Amino acid sequence: MTSSTFQSIAPRPAPVRTRGLLAWCRLNLFNGWATTLGTVLVGAVLLATLPRLFQWAIIDAVWVADYTVCHASSGACWGVVREKFRFILFGRYPFDEHWRALICTVMLLALIVVSCIRACWKAWLIPLWVVVLAAYLTLMRGGVFGLTPVGTDLWSGLPLTLLLATVSMGLAFPIALMIALGRRSGMPAIRSLCTVYVELIRGVPLISVLFMASYMAPLLMPQGFSLDVLIRVLAGITLFAAAYMAEVIRGGLQAMPKGQTEAAATLGLSYWQTQRLIVLPQALAMVVPGIMNNFISTFKDTSLVAIVSLYELTGAMGMAMNADADWRPFRIEGYLFIAVIYFGFCFSMSRYSNWIEKQVNKSKLR
Amino acid sequence: MSEPRSAPPKKHWSWRSQAFRALVYQVLAVAVIALTALYLAHNTATNMAARGIQSGWDFLGGSAGFDIGESIIAFDSSEPYWRAFLVGMSNTLRVAVLGIVLTTILGTLIGVGRFSRNALVRGLCICYVEFFRNMPVLLQLLMWYLLFTEVLPVSTEAWQLGPFFLSKGGLNFPIPVWATGQVMAAWGLVVGLVLAWFYRGHAQRRFEATGQARSTVLAPLALALACSVLGWALGGAPTALDRPVQGEFAIENGGALTPEFMALLLGLTVYTAAFVAEVVRGGIQSVALGQSEAASALGLNRAQTMRLVMLPQALRVIIPPMTNQFLNLTKNSSLAVAIGYPDVVSIANTAINQTGRSVECIAIIMLVYLSTSLFTSVLMNWYNARAAITER
Repeated sequence: MTSSTFQSIAPRPAPVRTRGLLAWCRLNLFNGWATTLGTVLVGAVLLATLPRLFQWAIIDAVWVADYTVCHASSGACWGVVREKFRFILFGRYPFDEHWRALICTVMLLALIVVSCIRACWKAWLIPLWVVVLAAYLTLMRGGVFGLTPVGTDLWSGLPLTLLLATVSMGLAFPIALMIALGRRSGMPAIRSLCTVYVELIRGVPLISVLFMASYMAPLLMPQGFSLDVLIRVLAGITLFAAAYMAEVIRGGLQAMPKGQTEAAATLGLSYWQTQRLIVLPQALAMVVPGIMNNFISTFKDTSLVAIVSLYELTGAMGMAMNADADWRPFRIEGYLFIAVIYFGFCFSMSRYSNWIEKQVNKSKLR
Repeated sequence: MSEPRSAPPKKHWSWRSQAFRALVYQVLAVAVIALTALYLAHNTATNMAARGIQSGWDFLGGSAGFDIGESIIAFDSSEPYWRAFLVGMSNTLRVAVLGIVLTTILGTLIGVGRFSRNALVRGLCICYVEFFRNMPVLLQLLMWYLLFTEVLPVSTEAWQLGPFFLSKGGLNFPIPVWATGQVMAAWGLVVGLVLAWFYRGHAQRRFEATGQARSTVLAPLALALACSVLGWALGGAPTALDRPVQGEFAIENGGALTPEFMALLLGLTVYTAAFVAEVVRGGIQSVALGQSEAASALGLNRAQTMRLVMLPQALRVIIPPMTNQFLNLTKNSSLAVAIGYPDVVSIANTAINQTGRSVECIAIIMLVYLSTSLFTSVLMNWYNARAAITER
């Protein structure tokens, strides 16, 4: 027999905590020497900059609309926004008629929000868009119902940005759809025409298209006929956006298995029936994120019309500041103000894109 | 059994024939486009005649009559327009090439940073991407330009860090005085690159024959650098620098970057890097998880897994959208016109205002960007074909 001397194994250490704030910090901030070093370095940079930024933007900031106080202070001058916000938002639009521009902006914004809600995706949305756009144009232009007429050259600021963005996106989509189908068509002449269009537009910057709309388009019109610069620029942005969107849609069309169109042909569907009932619903669902990205970049691109002297948000901002020597030094605060507006729009669009992606892909979830 | 029916005779010129319909549609489409083009051309010709606008390319030979703020090619106002366009083109290319290099580096760092184990780094990268992606690039350029021209001190009170000066006048930095040593160093680099090329081929063949892996990156790089340094030493090892000095009104000597150039370069780089970061992140995420697990099962360490398994596969997903970002950066450089950097669009804009030849000038802009885009696409497609999976 063995005189067994029982030796117990040393107890194992308690498992490391993986939940709670401290455990999270250890895992994500001090996990090994490299991570710790990163934390220390990034933390040092943040500690060096953030308090200063806070001091400038909040503590030392001036909130009253008085430039003498602003000049004396070392902080940000948010008073400039208070003083100039009407000029930044509505630009050259006649001061006494700003209420009209405000109503138009609110109306268009409300419609955009309504169009984003799933419960409202009904057929009445399209006539509603037509009605609201007509109301927008009437109210902005004036000349009827005793409203003072306001020329389109005076339309500026946020209402113009919204108009350019929504109308060009809305018009670009059907054009892009046709071009994408054309590029996949079996007819060589149509296919090459569409290909040349897309590659030509994608090869040049938007600014050259806007230059064309602004300098060259008047020469292309028949004599004695002139098109408003707003319409010309709108057409330019639309045609530009359509080329990019067509490529996104084509990606979706290409990803469709061939069996789908073959099955449709077996059922005796015509070309247009096949596209409308079988191909496009599936292909478009696939490219929703891409199309939303297109919308976001078109929204940002509207800022470029400032270069061909249409004063949308960016242009109106520059004009409001440059006109007034007293407030000129505080342009950076003004730019930050409109940056926040742009950011708000673009960021919510990208969040919305995530949500809509989930909605259209519900059928694929198990 | 009934006799097998023969196919109905083909009706060639019938509306029921798909081929015939297709032909009609195509002829119609081409005719409509051609007629519209003719109509527009006719309108343009009549309008030009009515307004007394001259057309043609002869203006390119005339003297430009304006100065250009900065150029790598010497230029003064008496020189012809075509030289001005050449200067504009070189300025566009300069900012585009530098921007592409910088944005690739910054964007890759930020894209990889989103996989960091450090929550601070991760959060910072997410904030960067969301912040810079969601603002118009024009607005960002204007803000950078404002920072450079308003916040910085005047050049007589420039911020100084060693031999570097930063002020409203731009960035001034020392440049080496051109001497035989630099020429020799350049030649050394060329010779070194050729040697490195041969070494790489040799290493590859050795690897395939014997399975012994040799460095195909570091050793050739060291070879090229060593040859360059050797050339520099043989040329007398010149160390003379042309340092900027604080003059009475401005900073003199040395090399200089204008605030316009810096604002444009910084704005484009920072903006595009946010998109490149997303492209890189998408690429790395697209590689199946099993790949890195299999790599560690084979005993590869973290760096080897990244370099030999993950990156080559991610690269295939990354290259096409990356090409698009490079093209976007090049096209966005046309926004230089808003901050007064003399790129090809600003030069064309000035030329339009002075000569009224809008058609010709816009054609030049489009030609420049189309050919740049085409060149970049061809280059990246070639690289893409190299990186693609070789299938059966």
